[in-house]
Amino acid sequence: MNHLTEEQFVLYYYGEGDGSTPVREHLDGCEACRAEYANLQRVLNVVDSAPVPDRPVNYEAQVWRRLSPALGGRTGAWARLSWPLLGPAWHWAMAAAVAALVVGAFWVGRYYSKAPQNSQLASAPGQVRERILLVAVGDNLERSQMVLLELVNAQPGESLDVTSERERAGDLVAENRLYRQTAARTGDTRVASVLDDLEPVLLEIAHGPARLSPEEMEKLRRRIEGDGILFKVRVVGSTVRHREEKAAPDAGRKSL
Amino acid sequence: MEMSDSVAVAQARAGDSGAFRVLVERHSRNLFRLAYRMTGHQEDADDVVQETFLRAYRQLEKFDDRASFGTWLYRIAANCSLDLIRARKRRSERQEVPEEGAPDPVQLLPDSAPQPDRLAMSSEVGRKVADALNELSEVERTAFVLRHYEGMCIEDIGRTLGVQPNAAKHSIFRAVQKLRRALEPLVSSAS
Repeated sequence: MNHLTEEQFVLYYYGEGDGSTPVREHLDGCEACRAEYANLQRVLNVVDSAPVPDRPVNYEAQVWRRLSPALGGRTGAWARLSWPLLGPAWHWAMAAAVAALVVGAFWVGRYYSKAPQNSQLASAPGQVRERILLVAVGDNLERSQMVLLELVNAQPGESLDVTSERERAGDLVAENRLYRQTAARTGDTRVASVLDDLEPVLLEIAHGPARLSPEEMEKLRRRIEGDGILFKVRVVGSTVRHREEKAAPDAGRKSL
Repeated sequence: MEMSDSVAVAQARAGDSGAFRVLVERHSRNLFRLAYRMTGHQEDADDVVQETFLRAYRQLEKFDDRASFGTWLYRIAANCSLDLIRARKRRSERQEVPEEGAPDPVQLLPDSAPQPDRLAMSSEVGRKVADALNELSEVERTAFVLRHYEGMCIEDIGRTLGVQPNAAKHSIFRAVQKLRRALEPLVSSAS
């Protein structure tokens, strides 16, 4: 008598295929196959026991809160109100805000540069860590900016192969998430905020089609320009580079 | 009365964000479960949920009203998970060894951060199952998760993976074989 194959067992277990009656009949009369099938059942039952972590009670609301700004002008209350009313004025407001932050950072830097040398030595590992983070964030922002620029500056009215941009955006997403979390943890809200804004745009590019039609290109270009994300990335990227350069000589002196 | 998926889709297409919110709130948890089983990471699964709804929203016009919205979402989520797993793999292949002694923020990347999730596993069995699932190839894992946990038929799994049903079926077979090899000792010792 031919015994059942493993494939037959699996199909029978999942109720797939049209051979369930002969398999059942065979199992009724064959102890070896019955034992084998019972083994498979036990293993697959164990697989069922793998737990899935609980989500918080308000998980659905959390998902919506994070999602709605990324849905464009139709859903986000902020987007609905701000873009049509403010238009280009918003860019000036943001530039002013970023400039204020840069000035703020400058004064904060001056204050800390006057701190006693002992405390500088004590905080050296923290500063090394900060500098590494700055280098990494600066690099991430620069590469993100390149991807966005390539898309924004593409020839209008032509379909475009964006395979390379998609791949790079895919790689940047995870790094972006990491740096955003790290920046938020270290209290660098300015960097955290721009990385937070950048993430959905990168995700959209990474998960979009490999070839974009002229209409899709235009839509993406409008999204990038409309969100002002390129501008934010450029300004914060430049600020981060500046901070990184300022941090470098200090780190060098401390190691002497 | 509760709004059906098809009514909510029609209203969302007409620009009603409240209707889309109904769909988001209705399907979020199930999508998380699927994404977690596919990616094995909580954070990744959360991102997949976000990305799935984002894609669904942008492709709402393409959704065929005769189909089930939930199944359509599952297909999108499965593809998002696959994209993420592939990106993670590419990244880990390119990962450089960090400078000795220097703090390495990259350590926190999802690739090397399964520990919190694993620690959260309630039992040794859960850990073993997670490890065994991690040993599957991305296609095997997707095919298996969609068939075993989500009850998707082989034809639909093939469509989701962009392969013939026969290839999807063989992915499931290979997944089951590998799981048996990994978990049978555990089952035998328990029985």
